Amino acid sequence: MKKPGKWALEALLLLAALAFLSPIYIMLVNSFKNRAELYENVLSLPSTFSFQYYREAIDKMNFLGAFGNSLYVTVVSVIFIVVLASMTAWMLVRTDNRLSRIIFLVFVSTMLIPFQTLMMPLMQVMDWIRSNTGIPMLNTHEGLIFMNIGFHASMAVFLYHGFIKSVPIALEEAATIDGCTKFGVFWRIVFPMLKTITVTVAILDVIMMWNDYLLPSLVLSSTGLRTIPLATFYFFGEFTIVWNLAMAGLTLTIIPVVIFYAFAQKYIIKGIAAGAVK
Amino acid sequence: MKKNRDRAWYALFTVPLLFIFSIVVIIPFLIGIYYSFISWDGIAANPKVFVGLDNYARLLQDSRFIRSGWVTLQFTLLALVIVNVFGLLFSLLVTSKLRLRNAARTMLFMPNLIGGLILGYIWKFIFTDAFRNVGEATGWTGFFFNWLLDPQYALFALVIVFAWQMAGYTMIIYIAGIQGIPDDVMEAARVDGANMWQRLTRIIFPLLMPSFTICLFLTLSGAFKIFDVNLSLTGGGPINATELLAMNIYNEIFGYNRYGLGQAKAIAFFILVAAVTVTQVIITKRREVQM
Repeated sequence: MKKPGKWALEALLLLAALAFLSPIYIMLVNSFKNRAELYENVLSLPSTFSFQYYREAIDKMNFLGAFGNSLYVTVVSVIFIVVLASMTAWMLVRTDNRLSRIIFLVFVSTMLIPFQTLMMPLMQVMDWIRSNTGIPMLNTHEGLIFMNIGFHASMAVFLYHGFIKSVPIALEEAATIDGCTKFGVFWRIVFPMLKTITVTVAILDVIMMWNDYLLPSLVLSSTGLRTIPLATFYFFGEFTIVWNLAMAGLTLTIIPVVIFYAFAQKYIIKGIAAGAVK
Repeated sequence: MKKNRDRAWYALFTVPLLFIFSIVVIIPFLIGIYYSFISWDGIAANPKVFVGLDNYARLLQDSRFIRSGWVTLQFTLLALVIVNVFGLLFSLLVTSKLRLRNAARTMLFMPNLIGGLILGYIWKFIFTDAFRNVGEATGWTGFFFNWLLDPQYALFALVIVFAWQMAGYTMIIYIAGIQGIPDDVMEAARVDGANMWQRLTRIIFPLLMPSFTICLFLTLSGAFKIFDVNLSLTGGGPINATELLAMNIYNEIFGYNRYGLGQAKAIAFFILVAAVTVTQVIITKRREVQM
């Protein structure tokens, strides 16, 4: 190995990675600057670290409320998706008949439908349910969760289906002979064995639902119900020229993501790789 | 007796999800097809007039829609190349024996976790005021100017932001592919005197075909359907020059309240996305080699 060449490569890699994250740097430094300082030089470090704009942004975005809303919607949706999709996929794999194959095919083929194709009729359906049954599907977190489950069902069933096919059936048969019901077999024996794919499904869905803007924007209209992307959108519409305040607000929205990444990095990267092999 | 009980279990396990899935995806898809044949402004009290294929005829003459499709195509092709070139390059770098590889991988993947809407806003600042500021300070105004005011550069800006988000994602998939290549194959090539370039083009690339299939599919469908970044970064501007298809459909329905025409566009969009991605998967699958 040629030593200088290797060091040059190390330096190149570091430089590339740092350059890659430069937008994050620009966002961070400018969130601390006042207006005059910002326009003097956008790339310089701030002269003082004042959290004034952060306080203002937290207040104007109702950041804590939005964070709570996002957390509630994401966590509840993911739990429902994991439970319902794993149960469905297991039944489809273990009951190998034409009905199962058709159901699976429908799940898979709808994965190609873009959200734009469904959004308008979906709103009509939800509106119809609201006015005919009185169930508040629109402008509630629970309505949004219901729709999240529907939209993320295909991918979760697909991933579970592929995984369960490789799980040996012997254990399940033994448990059935011992008098376990299907419910017991699934929750006591099968579900624990699905841990790896459950992590993948959960991580992919958390990332997608936490960042989703379009569906929540159509469903939620009350200010108090807004999730983080929605709060960011309205905050930005109001303060788009006030860049230092805007940068402070954007930094706030990224903090939870970075914390999540720091703790779950190993699982995230593994999950992405596993989820993509379809 | 047993058969009935099995059926009951089957229903218990599958019906809850199928019920939700039908209401959220299947029914809207089916009535969406019906909506594409009517003329309606979205107000419940107003009549829905059946117009047959008129909406589809109209969208073919809608110059803004056609241009939007054309711009989406340019965007998708540019994004496809840039995302995958960088993703592959990154994956080769971080699977090398360099000491910083793990730190680099962590950093390169990070933008993928940030939502498109927020990414778009960060970059909006960079392409507008930050670029202008740097241009004024350095005098390099040929490059550092407000990109979002120029139709062509605004499109490039969209490509850059999308690539920034997706390159780390494809990197992860390429890494998995590269790590799946057996060491002895690489070793044998090295012993036979194959240089870096030959190992890359004769061994790594052919064996990475499954990864290419996945990455091309993900970037293709992601780029076609892009909306959030489009909304926050350019908002479709300047003067609708970067209004991509997903946004054009959104504006037609919820902006101009032409529900029927917008839904016809949405159905056409679905057919386009499905046709393109399925074709791509078939083509690249055929080039995958067996070990």
